[in-house]
Amino acid sequence: MLALRQKDLVCQQAVELVTDYLEGALSRRDRRRFEAHLRACPNCSAYLEQIKATIALVGSVEVEELSAEATQDLINLYRRWQSE
Amino acid sequence: MLRIVEPDIEQLGHLRDGDEKAFVMLVARYHQPLLRLARTLVSNEEVAEEIVQDTWMAVVRGIDRFEGRSSFKTWLYSILVNRARSAGANEPLTTAIESLHSVDPTRFDAQGQWADPLDRWRDDSESRLDAATLAPLLSSALNDLAPRQRQVVMLRDVEGLSNDEVCGALGITSGNQRILLHRGRARLREILDSKVEKG
Repeated sequence: MLALRQKDLVCQQAVELVTDYLEGALSRRDRRRFEAHLRACPNCSAYLEQIKATIALVGSVEVEELSAEATQDLINLYRRWQSE
Repeated sequence: MLRIVEPDIEQLGHLRDGDEKAFVMLVARYHQPLLRLARTLVSNEEVAEEIVQDTWMAVVRGIDRFEGRSSFKTWLYSILVNRARSAGANEPLTTAIESLHSVDPTRFDAQGQWADPLDRWRDDSESRLDAATLAPLLSSALNDLAPRQRQVVMLRDVEGLSNDEVCGALGITSGNQRILLHRGRARLREILDSKVEKG
């Protein structure tokens, strides 16, 4: 088995850097190490892709519309605030 | 990622002028997201609704003082957070024991390399990761996140606020925000992983 060089990331460390990577919060050196790891590791690349897919799916969650009744209640309150 | 368009200056100008239509548009756009955030801050539904109502009152009365130094969204959500805190936000400090691992540690070997790699999610044209099918699952998964993770994930990934906007609204540091986002997203991925088709 190849001995890991000190500067190489292992997978368990790499998955913990995913958010800092996506947020652009890694130092240049760490970003290079992370990207080098991804190039060599299809499993960590798959993890990153799944996190990206998760973000996209969460972004498509729709919030239910406010009912006409609730909207009217707020309009009534608005009129009251305006007249106070 | 879809970003929600900031209500333009004109819209806020109309609200300043007392235009009811401008108020209705803001309510249509932000009331439900505010309520969802309020529910993560207080445990009682009635209190959550009151806090959102108070927030609207503060917006209507304070719009003259909004100078646009932060984004409207930061201003709006931070009013809600402050109202919740003064209403005695009883956010549990530790709900469940939060996992410190993004991925179940038993999937790695002693050297920290994948022993049990992830199955790939199927993403071809016939079986796209279907947002409509997964929506109910995602909503319930979001509700299962620890409140602080849920706040950050909702504002960032559902509502599309920026890192700065979320930090401003919740009064947290950028580093803290990243940790909460990281854990929240990792947990959601794990839940999705148990449901999506593999291939």
